[in-house]
Amino acid sequence: MRRRHFLTLSAATLGGVLVYSLDRKATLLAAQHKLVRVPLRFFTETEALIVAAAASRVFPSDDADPGAREAGVAIFIDRQLAGPYGRDRFRYTQPPFEDAPRELGYQGSSTPRQIYRNGLKSLHGFHLLSAAAQDEALHKIESNVFFSLLRRNTIEGMFCDPMHGGNADMIGWQLVGFPGPRMSNFDEVDKYYGKPFRPKPMSLGQTTGSKVRPSEDES
Amino acid sequence: MRTLLAVDAVIVGGGWAGLLMAKELGSRTSLNIVVLERGPSREPADYATDMDELDYAIRLRMMLDLSKETVTFRHDVTRRALPLRQHGAFQSGSGVGGSGEHWNAQVPRYLPDCFELLSKTTERYGANALPQDHAVRDWGITYDEIEPYYTRMDKLLGSSGRAGNIRGKLIDEGNIFEGWRSEEYPTPPTKVPYFAALFRDAAKSLGYHPYAAPSANISQAYTNPDGISRGGCTYCGFCGRFGCMVGAKAQPTNLLLPVIQKRKNVSLRTGAWVRRILFESTPKSVARGVTYVDSSGQEVFQPASLVFLASWTLNNTRLLLLSRIGEPYDPSTGRGTVGSNLTHQVSVGAATAFFDQPLNRFMGSGSAGILFSDFDRDDLDRSGLNFIRGGYFAARCYGFQPIAAFGVLPNSIKATWGAEWKKASVSYYDRTATIGFAGEHLAYKSNFMDLDPVYKDALGDPLLRLTLDWRDNEREMVEFATPKAVEVARAMRAREINPFPGLRSYDAVHYNSTHIQGGTIMGDSPAHSVVSPYLQHWQLPNLFILGGSTFPQNASANPTPTILAFVYRTADAVIDRYLKHPGPLA
Repeated sequence: MRRRHFLTLSAATLGGVLVYSLDRKATLLAAQHKLVRVPLRFFTETEALIVAAAASRVFPSDDADPGAREAGVAIFIDRQLAGPYGRDRFRYTQPPFEDAPRELGYQGSSTPRQIYRNGLKSLHGFHLLSAAAQDEALHKIESNVFFSLLRRNTIEGMFCDPMHGGNADMIGWQLVGFPGPRMSNFDEVDKYYGKPFRPKPMSLGQTTGSKVRPSEDES
Repeated sequence: MRTLLAVDAVIVGGGWAGLLMAKELGSRTSLNIVVLERGPSREPADYATDMDELDYAIRLRMMLDLSKETVTFRHDVTRRALPLRQHGAFQSGSGVGGSGEHWNAQVPRYLPDCFELLSKTTERYGANALPQDHAVRDWGITYDEIEPYYTRMDKLLGSSGRAGNIRGKLIDEGNIFEGWRSEEYPTPPTKVPYFAALFRDAAKSLGYHPYAAPSANISQAYTNPDGISRGGCTYCGFCGRFGCMVGAKAQPTNLLLPVIQKRKNVSLRTGAWVRRILFESTPKSVARGVTYVDSSGQEVFQPASLVFLASWTLNNTRLLLLSRIGEPYDPSTGRGTVGSNLTHQVSVGAATAFFDQPLNRFMGSGSAGILFSDFDRDDLDRSGLNFIRGGYFAARCYGFQPIAAFGVLPNSIKATWGAEWKKASVSYYDRTATIGFAGEHLAYKSNFMDLDPVYKDALGDPLLRLTLDWRDNEREMVEFATPKAVEVARAMRAREINPFPGLRSYDAVHYNSTHIQGGTIMGDSPAHSVVSPYLQHWQLPNLFILGGSTFPQNASANPTPTILAFVYRTADAVIDRYLKHPGPLA
């Protein structure tokens, strides 16, 4: 039985009012909540802090726009690793494992969970470094399997449906003008030529009015 | 092993080919038919809430579970093949409806001379026009013979488009380079999203002949000859890798399953993993039925008088090899037929264009868009060209979603993460689109399939091994197409353009298309083919093989319409002739 770990998020650094789907329950994170403790499914608290810090260097927040920190990317990755994806439920994992050129894709035996566990060892104390020192540390590992997985998972956590724990309050979708799933664009698809059409984003649950079970909650 | 009660016909695979055969045989005869599908059951209602990019388009929820079975791959016989451990260049479906559930529903036909490629090319350009190590074959059938079945396919699907050639009369709004059609499309073309409209105008200004992409995401409500009604596409953009939320996309579950479910003589068993086709050679050559592992894990034998092998294209070849039916192809001697003629449609992003204005790319469908086929025709002037055959150019408006689409940047930007990368990726996100090129892939003696000597599936059977690489003909074709696409992008007033960097060795990692074909090809002689043009096995006349595995080489066009047309033709031949006089049809 693993000890319960939490990632503590500060409402002040998140800014504004965000809706998180924390551990299957929507939570309103408002300015009056100073701190929110999110239960972790896979990472230890320190690991989650490192992943959150690294993801926010991959996809940084800036004065104008939010980034991985506000989207809750670390929470998304934690849930993905705890679920079937994290243990390679759907990958061919029969031996023998061979070193292979990249043109045959990832051939390793390590699951995403193992890649993160091992990769995070090389980032000891990362979350305590300055942004410049963090960038330097990531440049050193940017060609390895762990970093490329972290980068890919960060993009997923920025733009997934909020039911997966990332893209909090659909801020990733707002950033790029993606409205989420819409039942119909029939009236708009051949209009708005050259002009932006930016309907307010809606999540899958909001659009369909149904509760959808994400793959990370499956066994 | 338990032996089940014998049936009249067993159909291996519940995708487009298997379920169309089940519908035709089941509704036109009283045969007792069983369809065996390895994956789960599916129905249209499952798609009401599937519009989740992560689980469907990234984690690929509807695809074959590779933890149980994949293929191994190598570029040539001198190398060791390794398993493709995750989905890459092609994505096989699984479950009822197969890949026909999550396809993009693009429905072009093959060009007339594709069916007689060897003789027509030799006739027009001489015996030396084909590359030295080619394995190009005629199909043993002409376009004129298959055209009526294409028309039936279009009516089944309700295909949307504008004909370019009705019985020889050319129509400018359609593809004037296509083969003749006996009738207009059942429904008019779909709407034109902005990027495709820019492409259409630019192509026209350069003297090309753009036309609306043929689409089985239908433009308006349509009722097909079976009485199945569907509404029109809403351009929601969740199409390829998803089942259709509104049922506008032609899928086996909305067109074939409802007819089959009403027939008491057809049953569909899911979770049925077929391992072998059993046969005997004496006193006569005949397939006896199939063995499969059922959903409870028990291996059973299903005897049948007729066997239809209609699993996904690669698995058709694998099942013949595992069952030891026919002689495996050996590239060193040229002997054998099973596993030969492995091909994969050439499909590249010929020019990625970056615009000043937003494109609203989230709107579209898997087959919404504009194409032009001026370099994909029977009579192209080849002077100065160092390749044969050709392909078409496309501005597809699939409906783009941000996990997959984010981060495509002009070559001038080198960052792949961090502040500059993020800023550029956000600003280009809805200003980027790709002009595609899809071309023919010839068959070569050295591109083939056999059983892997090392890697096994979850049941302990050898995986299929693919030996496949591009040759100069494909590389030169893409080399020719790329500047043409760049020129169109310039005419669309793109601010920056990334030309395709060139076709080098076959890329097994990144998605190309699921149009990988061959292995059990049709032809006019058992010396070079596995089945006749009636898709009937040359040695076992009660075994029929349906699907892209029977195509001797790959066309520029997507294969599903041609697969369906051949299934119709085989169904007619079985019902009208074989059942009365069992035996060879060809």
